[in-house]
Amino acid sequence: MSQSLTLHHTRELHPDTRVPDPHQETFPKTLLGFWMYLMTDCLLFGTLFATYAVLQHQTFGAPSSRELLSLSTAFSETMILLFSSVTCGFAMLSAQQNKKKGVMAWLAFSFLLGISFVLIEGREFRDLVQEGNSWTKSAFLSSFFTLVGTHGLHVSVGLLWMGVVMAQVYWVGITIETFRRLAVFSLFWHFLDLVWIFIFTFVYLMGVM
Amino acid sequence: MFGRLTLEAFQHEASQGSAVIMMLFSGIAIIALLSYFKRWKWLWNEWLTTVDPKRIGMMYIFVALLMFLKGFADALMMRLQQALSVGESHGFLSSGHFQEVFSAHGTTMIFFVAMGLIFGLMNLIIPLQIGARDVAFPFVNALGFWLFASGALLTLVSLAIGRFSTAGWLAYPPLSGIEYSPGEGVDYWIWMLQIAGVGSTLSGINFLVTILKMRCPGMTLMKMPIFVWSALCSMVLVIFAFPILTATLVMLTLDRYLGMHFFTAGGGGNPMMYINLIWAWGHPEVYILILPIFGIFSEVVPTFSEKRLFGYVSMVWALVLITFLSFIVWLHHFFTMGASPKVNAFFGFMTMLIAIPTGVKIFNWLFTKFRGRVHFSSPMLWFFAFVLNFSIGGMTGVLLSSPPVDFQLHNSLFLIAHFHGMVIGGVLFGFFAGFTYWFPKFSGFVLDEKLNRYAFWCWLSGFLLAFMPLYMLGFMGATRRLDHYEAATGWHPLFIAVGIGALIMLCGGAIQCFGLFWSFKNRQMHWDQTGGDPWNGRTLEWSVPSPPPIYNFAIIPTVDQLDPFWAIKQGEAPPPQQDYEEIHLPKNTPIGLFIGMLSLLFGFAMVWHLMWLALASLIAIIACLVIRLSAKDEHQIISIAQVKEMEMACSRRNQVL
Repeated sequence: MSQSLTLHHTRELHPDTRVPDPHQETFPKTLLGFWMYLMTDCLLFGTLFATYAVLQHQTFGAPSSRELLSLSTAFSETMILLFSSVTCGFAMLSAQQNKKKGVMAWLAFSFLLGISFVLIEGREFRDLVQEGNSWTKSAFLSSFFTLVGTHGLHVSVGLLWMGVVMAQVYWVGITIETFRRLAVFSLFWHFLDLVWIFIFTFVYLMGVM
Repeated sequence: MFGRLTLEAFQHEASQGSAVIMMLFSGIAIIALLSYFKRWKWLWNEWLTTVDPKRIGMMYIFVALLMFLKGFADALMMRLQQALSVGESHGFLSSGHFQEVFSAHGTTMIFFVAMGLIFGLMNLIIPLQIGARDVAFPFVNALGFWLFASGALLTLVSLAIGRFSTAGWLAYPPLSGIEYSPGEGVDYWIWMLQIAGVGSTLSGINFLVTILKMRCPGMTLMKMPIFVWSALCSMVLVIFAFPILTATLVMLTLDRYLGMHFFTAGGGGNPMMYINLIWAWGHPEVYILILPIFGIFSEVVPTFSEKRLFGYVSMVWALVLITFLSFIVWLHHFFTMGASPKVNAFFGFMTMLIAIPTGVKIFNWLFTKFRGRVHFSSPMLWFFAFVLNFSIGGMTGVLLSSPPVDFQLHNSLFLIAHFHGMVIGGVLFGFFAGFTYWFPKFSGFVLDEKLNRYAFWCWLSGFLLAFMPLYMLGFMGATRRLDHYEAATGWHPLFIAVGIGALIMLCGGAIQCFGLFWSFKNRQMHWDQTGGDPWNGRTLEWSVPSPPPIYNFAIIPTVDQLDPFWAIKQGEAPPPQQDYEEIHLPKNTPIGLFIGMLSLLFGFAMVWHLMWLALASLIAIIACLVIRLSAKDEHQIISIAQVKEMEMACSRRNQVL
């Protein structure tokens, strides 16, 4: 998002700027703080990735990633999540143009895409467990379920959060506060996309090839 | 309905039972006192719901000192046991209970004492030193505190209900796995750390953004006080290290609750991976604790030498270098794992390198005193004790960093002596220095100097007596965590000396408690006559009245050099213009408290497998977050008239006294 637009919003709407006090600039602080949070989340995933790298060949007699994982499912999941990122980006654009309906529509799209991602992943997990390949079978499966499941959990939390943001936009409209929350949420959503691309590459592509 | 919670969980050995009864009585006494003096409303409005970093800092230190009593009691029990349990005699603790005690001692001291003291001091000092009225995220700050407090409370709950972990303070698997520790102990350990750890991450983010974004005009990075620099480095470490802890604990949790195989001996799991991961957090954690202490001494030494800090820039770079190096030394905690000699040599070498920036700091402090006007007040005495102990501990650390030596001394009492030299001689003595130094800023009166000195000499002599013999015992082959040994080992006299040393330290602590009480009682005598600058200070926190008004600075200062307040006093910089403005501050909120208490409930429910309760509290936590996320950003406004009145009241108070 362009700096000028956020500044514009700040000047127009933010009550704090009536005071000539540099300590009241909430937007840049929140943004930096949220970036920091994303970095901690990134390290959390980094730890899980490292663990997966160590354990991915420890199948202990259970099937390996080559036998278990389906590239086509993972590819469709990737596409869905990428598209939800695009629609989330459009929601941000609408918000900058102060178009409430646009924001609601694009967020609703992202929501549907996000929920279908979670459902597909849930089905994948269910199938694995039903075939007897649950997380208790081997260290590889433990780390697979944990890494992919943690991402899925993040997406689910993101969906809940998106619901809250949508409700706020619906009731309150686009103010500097809802705009800030929307901006922070969209950072989170794009970040999950990025993590998924790594999962797709390391777990699925490299695991199946 | 009650999960795994049975009546058996409430039955304890006599020593623990009496501690529980004491805890219950003090709880009841506090509730009675609050009701008698009708202070509930005050407690709620002024403390429990506050978002003022000064209040939060005091609460951090209060909780940490309470936990310190518990951790100290654990330490005394261990030393008493070791002094008694030789040959025929088996002391007064069973082996199982002894294991609980040493696990609880380490966990309490690192997570709930040292971390609490550090975050407490940062809350108190950072906004004042950078010329800010608040932190970046006041609510997140309060939430971080309440998560810390609920972790600490869970430790106390584990004392009363059920057993604590017997797997040591870092719970190495496979011992901490479900197969070898089927009880609730390790679960307690996991959840108290997980809750407090999330709180630490949040606080870390808050302070990093505060320091980066909220400095007063003119305070560039290289004009920040060193304490702020040290906090910045320490918070970078928090942000990089704590997510690793979170992830590692999650994996251990999954192993224990869902039968996964991350760290189990079977199923393809890899216990050594846990040890790598936990130390990838654990080593930076050590520096998270010690860096702010370096910062404290960098404030104390120039003030009591009446001289600018020697080598400011080298001090900053030393901090940054230590921050960086602390991430590539973790393997020195387990050279005996059996990594190749090349790997061990790399980590040994990196560890030795850390001694260089640390040495730079020691020399900088010493050169600061050179040709200065050194005042031998008690913060300075703590500094001398720190230099002595930190140098000894540092040199034994360099010794340990050599893999061949480490193979001999691994897990021996030599190691225990080394890191207690760093943690007591470094972190704790440093905190005492900072506490004595900054105490008048937040109370308006100084601590009784004579009692401070008595306490200091008790601590120093007690510490030397309690830990120097451990170096010898380590060389003689005594390992850590021993609850019994044979008389033929010849260790008994040394263990007795160690026990006496611990008791002398207890005297030091008792004198400090009494000193607090005594100074408070005679506060009229000890009143800070200068109105806010008892030590002839150099940095911005001394430029505001003591205790500081809620908004810290009526006028946001503008700074153009290091030690800005000193410059004003020397007439090298113009005093600030008296031109008041409206001040916006965040409103109090109880949501941080609610989330903290719900997390406590959640942790407790998970420990005892009360899944309905866990789910309910989780939903309640989410509800609290949603409410907070939907709330309007509410500020209270302090009008110009009110600011004027409060400033007048401060100056009037000083004139009267």
